[in-house]
Amino acid sequence: MAQQEYQAVSPSDFFYRNREIAGFSNPSRAIYVGIRELLENSLDACESAQEPPKIYIRITEESIQNNENSTVIYYIRVEDNGTGVPSEQIPACFAQVFYGSKYTLKQSRGTFGLGGTMTILFGQITTHKPVIVTSSTGEDIHQFEMMIDIQKNQAQILRHSIYSNVKKWRGTIVELQMEGDYPRIQSRMIEYFKQTAMVNPYLDLTFIDPKNRLYRFERGTDIMPVLPRAVRPHPHGIDVETFRRLISITKTKDMKNFMMEHFQGIGSITSERFLTFAGIESKQKPINLSPEEIVKIVYAAKDFKEFKRPDSSCLSPIGQELLETGIRKELGLTEDDFIKTIQRPAATYSGYPFIIEAAVVAGKTVRKLGQGITLYRFANKIPLLFDESSCVSFKVISKNINWKTYKVNQDTPLVVAIHVCSTKIPYKSVGKEFLADQPEVEKEIANAIRKAARDLRIFISHSLRLERQRHRLNVFSKYLPKISEFSQKLADKEESPDIQKLLNEVNVPPQQEETEDEDENGSSDDDVILPEDEDFPEVEEDEIEEDDGNGEKN
Amino acid sequence: MVMAKKISEAERQRDVVEKSLKQLGNLIYDQINEGEFPWIMMQSRSIDNIQYDDTVRQYILGDRMIKRHSRNIKHIRPFTQLVWTAWFARELVKLRKTSTLREVYYSARGQRDIEYNDQKESDNIITDLEVALNKAREEFGIFPEERSAIFGDLTIEYTVPGYEGRRTNLTDHPDGVMVGPAVTSSEFIETTANKILVIEKGAMFTRLVEEQAHKKFNAILVHTAGQSPRSTRNIIHRLNKMWGMPVYIFTDGDPWGVHIAMVIVSGSANAAHLRGLTTPDAKWIGVWASDIINYKLPTENLTEFDKKRLTELQSDPRYKEDPWNREIETFIKLQKKAELEAFSLYGLTYIVDKYLPEKLNEN
Ligand SMILES: Nc1ncnc2c1ncn2[C@@H]1O[C@H](COP(=O)(O)OP(=O)(O)O)[C@@H](O)[C@H]1O
Ligand SMILES: [Mg+2]
Repeated sequence: MAQQEYQAVSPSDFFYRNREIAGFSNPSRAIYVGIRELLENSLDACESAQEPPKIYIRITEESIQNNENSTVIYYIRVEDNGTGVPSEQIPACFAQVFYGSKYTLKQSRGTFGLGGTMTILFGQITTHKPVIVTSSTGEDIHQFEMMIDIQKNQAQILRHSIYSNVKKWRGTIVELQMEGDYPRIQSRMIEYFKQTAMVNPYLDLTFIDPKNRLYRFERGTDIMPVLPRAVRPHPHGIDVETFRRLISITKTKDMKNFMMEHFQGIGSITSERFLTFAGIESKQKPINLSPEEIVKIVYAAKDFKEFKRPDSSCLSPIGQELLETGIRKELGLTEDDFIKTIQRPAATYSGYPFIIEAAVVAGKTVRKLGQGITLYRFANKIPLLFDESSCVSFKVISKNINWKTYKVNQDTPLVVAIHVCSTKIPYKSVGKEFLADQPEVEKEIANAIRKAARDLRIFISHSLRLERQRHRLNVFSKYLPKISEFSQKLADKEESPDIQKLLNEVNVPPQQEETEDEDENGSSDDDVILPEDEDFPEVEEDEIEEDDGNGEKN
Repeated sequence: MVMAKKISEAERQRDVVEKSLKQLGNLIYDQINEGEFPWIMMQSRSIDNIQYDDTVRQYILGDRMIKRHSRNIKHIRPFTQLVWTAWFARELVKLRKTSTLREVYYSARGQRDIEYNDQKESDNIITDLEVALNKAREEFGIFPEERSAIFGDLTIEYTVPGYEGRRTNLTDHPDGVMVGPAVTSSEFIETTANKILVIEKGAMFTRLVEEQAHKKFNAILVHTAGQSPRSTRNIIHRLNKMWGMPVYIFTDGDPWGVHIAMVIVSGSANAAHLRGLTTPDAKWIGVWASDIINYKLPTENLTEFDKKRLTELQSDPRYKEDPWNREIETFIKLQKKAELEAFSLYGLTYIVDKYLPEKLNEN
């Protein structure tokens, strides 16, 4: 009889075996996700430091792999001016899965202590090369050369050097090697940077690609959004496991104080009311709660209607002005283009606060992007590039919004940007690329777009009018001179008649009388052709000039 | 003496046309100078403004007028084309040149921004000019491509440049004389003929010439080559009016032949704005449906297309009278048709010796 073997799998081991869960599904996607995770860590660190980020990213070809995919080993370097990491934290932060500083309840890009470490892990398993992390919080500079001990889920430090920090540098440099396929993801990568710069207008980003090409994304402002505050959880959003964990660490002696201490927005009255509602003694010791009672409380918390709305100070939306700055900068908008940004008041879904921000952009510059709507999606200041058509925001713009109301037709060039910020982004899948159809979120996205689009109608009718005006002037300046020329020849005149007066008249915005006629067809761009059947305006009876009766020929 | 008078008559005609074109130019010129978007008024050519008139016995345009206005963005291009066409026509008249519908279309192509999308568009503008000035395009020197022919003892005098005052007799050429701008604009001087025989088909026309039918019947022979062109209809009209010559039309025995005859008699809706193209007293003498029976002609079956056309003709008020009505009904009854050439069954001269004399006698 063979003996059963039992074995625990460490988190590193788990992700090592299931790396596609974290997005490392193929060589081109891996390099994209890797850069993205490192950049997002840097952005988080700069925001914590309240320092406008200055980030430098370089990807260099290290060597060509001789496998059938002809993938390449790349050297990746990401450098920022963020908080830096205290030296004693560096090994755990970068070489241990599920270790991080972002477990508190506030908006950030990273969440589980996973992304950056997964990137390093992926680099290690594809190249067997260590990661080098150089960081300073302002004191000495610490440099670690490490490998991840996958089975133990901990760092294996190969070298730790300390350098004096003469220039008072603060920030972090991550250097690693990774197998990947950059050319295939190149355009997405650049698009990702561009959209990141759009939604983080205070970001200064330099990127050098494997072909040594330099990409610069300069900041459009030094102003940064207000830092989110860490908050206690809202009872609506709590689950049994988190609740149990709170009970095991609480210092409170009874349930009334427990509720007040560990959840947001609960005073003594609400606490008692809720416990009565849940059927739990307020004097009850938390530690003595039975598993059934815990479940009962968690469910009651979802049904109880008297809690305050979730506190949204844990959120850090971009703000209307910054969003406008970012979009203007990255799309290269001019004064003549239309942009309207909107920030909705905080709302909640399942106990999580969220804020929707939106922008609608139209005008000549947008036309260069192509016809129809170009959708930019952001979640917690991260651009979402993949699986657009599965995203709830796509559903909203293609189904919920009646664009005709805003004079937008199928091929009106338009940009719609949606930013969702929340302590828990309702991603539909682990891929973190598109948002689920949460009814509350869906409704708020629609509200935001509608509000932003309200002024769009005016802009579009105005520009249609200008466009038509331009077209009219074009047509008339083409034909009036011809009419003038041939009538002069026909009438044997010395000089051509003066058409300037008529042209001036055309230049005045048309009055109702004529717009009517053109509006019918709507398309002022139509080539003017003679209708086959007569559809010329008929003349009133009394205007008729009698036939001179001279009709008879011969 | 006579000659000089004729020439000055043609000259006068040309003068009138040129003046009216120039007048149009003046009108537009002045409108522009007065700061007004130029416009012109003309009779509407839409279907509901075309009606059959019993007194003149042809289609005419009703009273409804329309304004062609250059102020309207959709109309300024056709308006420009109209002015250009008027200028082009005036050049033709001035230089005593002629042109064809197709040539006008191509000439416009040389003008930036005026060029037509197709010839139909160009033809349409020319018709506009006809309506606006109340003149036929032939008077502007614009002719269709189709060429018909004429043969018989008729002396004409040319008015075209280089031939002014020159006369010719239409028996001079045994193939017949092509009806082009020169014949159309000529003066009719004298004739010994006392009737006109109009024939749809070229082969039959040639046969009649060979058999000396013009002498035998004392007739001028006109070959329409299918649906008769406006210039040919105008010649028939003039001969009929000038000398009171009766006109006999001889077509294939099918619905299409019937209609060819009717257009010579009472014109087409397309030319409702023009006079002088119809010959209301002209007679259609064959081939009738009843001839198929009477002469035991070889036949073909009516096609679906033929049948549909017959029903269409029945709903046209002009076909209410006999022989039109009677013969259309007979066609429907027989479900047969016969071509002019069908008479060859009885020998090449049968038609001249037997059929035509009988038919002319009857009518
Ligand atoms: N560039 C950086 N600057 C400062 N701290 C960093 C940086 N990169 C990573 N960290 C720290 O390492 C932790 C783990 O990062 P990561 O594995 O990406 O998880 P997460 O971002 O989800 O927390 C972060 O929570 C942060 O505290
Ligand atoms: Mg991270």
